[in-house]
This record gives sequence, structure tokens and C-alpha cells, in this order.
Amino acid sequence: MNPDPAPHSPTVRDYARITLALLTLLVLTVAVAYMNLGVWSTAAAMLIAVIKAVLIILFFMHLKAAAPLNRVVLIAGFFWLAIMLTLAMSDFLSRG
Amino acid sequence: MSQPDPVPVIAAPHAADAPVAHQFDDAAQQRNAATLGMWIFLATEILFFGGMFLAYTVYRYRFPEDFRHASAHTLIWVGTINTAILLLSSFTMVLAVRASELRNRVAAVRLLCATAGLGALFLLIKAFEYRHEIAEGLLPGSLFHFGPADGPAARLFFYIYFLMTGVHALHVAIGVVLLGGFALRAHRTRNLAGMATSIDLLGLYWHFVDVVWVFLFPLIYLIGRHA
Repeated sequence: MNPDPAPHSPTVRDYARITLALLTLLVLTVAVAYMNLGVWSTAAAMLIAVIKAVLIILFFMHLKAAAPLNRVVLIAGFFWLAIMLTLAMSDFLSRG
Repeated sequence: MSQPDPVPVIAAPHAADAPVAHQFDDAAQQRNAATLGMWIFLATEILFFGGMFLAYTVYRYRFPEDFRHASAHTLIWVGTINTAILLLSSFTMVLAVRASELRNRVAAVRLLCATAGLGALFLLIKAFEYRHEIAEGLLPGSLFHFGPADGPAARLFFYIYFLMTGVHALHVAIGVVLLGGFALRAHRTRNLAGMATSIDLLGLYWHFVDVVWVFLFPLIYLIGRHA
């Protein structure tokens, strides 16, 4: 039994493109780190990291094609992380 | 429960030849349940690593200059190469998942081995990096020593560094062992279809470990690079 791939399933070329994009973003984030962007340096690095993470999650972890419930679980994980970071930092940022 | 399942399932056409446990209606439902379980585990892992990211955030906010100086002691090229290795290993992993879904056993075994090899290479490079850092006196403890330019919180940076990269490396090591075991099982099995879901879930775990590193890399290696 040797079934054909589902019509919407990504090809090796699709995956290679995503990998190339990830490696390009890696070079970009290292290059940006050597520029003096002041306070924006960390923001730029985190923005690139988020883009890389989204690419991996959507295409390598197939969340784009996954059941909606799986998406809810992942969003819940990040939402709880956001609660932890926001509440803790709202304390530290507001101390005298 | 004879209603058609409205949930789109990526591998439903192939899942039919996997054995179905008695509590499930069909193979697709079984696969959905297993995948959901993995995502729930990964959601707990987000919070597990999240506590350490919070510690990093709090102390970097308190001691921004000390963290910048301490970060400049890390080996940026080693970190960059290791990031590239993990990204490439995610590529071979996703191809292994694809090969197992296409029932291409030879390719699946090779790609699982390649992924395990890249993971092992990551750990090897990380070990050399640790050895270098310990020789430099960057490991918090009695041997820890820093120059006058480094502030007192440099020790905190390296404490968090060894904790976070250590826990991450443990995850990579577990992944490498599982990949090796899966490659052996896939090599021996007569029924690759029965393994497709397991390989898919191992892929989810492996990519998640990659995502954690994607955030660790800039926070550890890149914050003290510009003048």
C-alpha cells in the first residue's frame, strides 16, 4: 500500500523554502544585533524571533492545517505566559 | 456518533491502516486525540520555560548594563552555528514526518537518523562551548571570576544562561534518544503506518524545542553586541 500524498500536503520544495527563510532571518537577526538601534535593538530581535517561531509553528508543526482545538491549546499556553509576564512586570516596572 | 467529523485532519487518508484502540470511533479520531494530547503537553512546556524567561526578563530589567556586558562573553559564532543546526534539524524532521506519511520507510529512517545526528552535533558543540565558558570562569560558583568591567549581576546572567541552555539541552538530548529509538523501530517494523502518528508527535516535540532556542538565542547571545 503506497498512498498518494493528500492534495494540500506541502512538498519538499515548500519545506525547503521555509527553512531558507528561517536561515535568512537568522543572518538578519545577527546583523541587526551589531547595529546600534538603542532600545529598539531588543524589540527588533524579538520581532524576528516571533516571525521565526510563527513559521515553524504554522508550517513545520502543521498548525495551519491542524484541528482548531489544537490552535486553542497553543494560544492558551501563550496567553497564560502573557499573564505571567504582564502581571510580574507591571509590578517591577511600577516600583519606585 | 455516526455524524461525519467536521474537523479537517491532515493525514486522514493514510491513518486508515493504523490499528484503532477500542475507545475511538476511527483512526482519524484516534490521531486527533493523540495530537491534542501532545499540544497540551507543549502548552505546559511553554509555561515551564516561561518561568525561566520571566526570571531573565526581571533581572535584565533590573541590571541592563551588567547583562549587556555579560552577554558579550558568550561565543556568538558558536551560538549562530548551533541555531542553524537546529533549524536544519527541523527541516529533516518535517521531511521524516512527510516520508512516514507517504509510507516511505527508507527515507523515514534516514531522515530520523539525520535529525538525531544534527541534534547530537548541537549537543557536542554546546559541550565545547560549556567547557570554554567554565575555563573562562563563567560558571557561577567558587571558580566564578570576572574582570572589573563586569557588574555584580554578571553572575546572575550566567546562572540563568546555564539553567536555561542546560534545560534546553536536556530536551534536545531526550529528543535525540527518542529519534534514535524511532529510527530503529521504523527500520525493523513491517507496519510503518502504525508508527506515523508517533513520528508526527515526535516532530511536534522536536520543533517545539527548536522554537524555544529561537527565543533563547537572541536573548543570550545578541544583547551586548553593538557598541
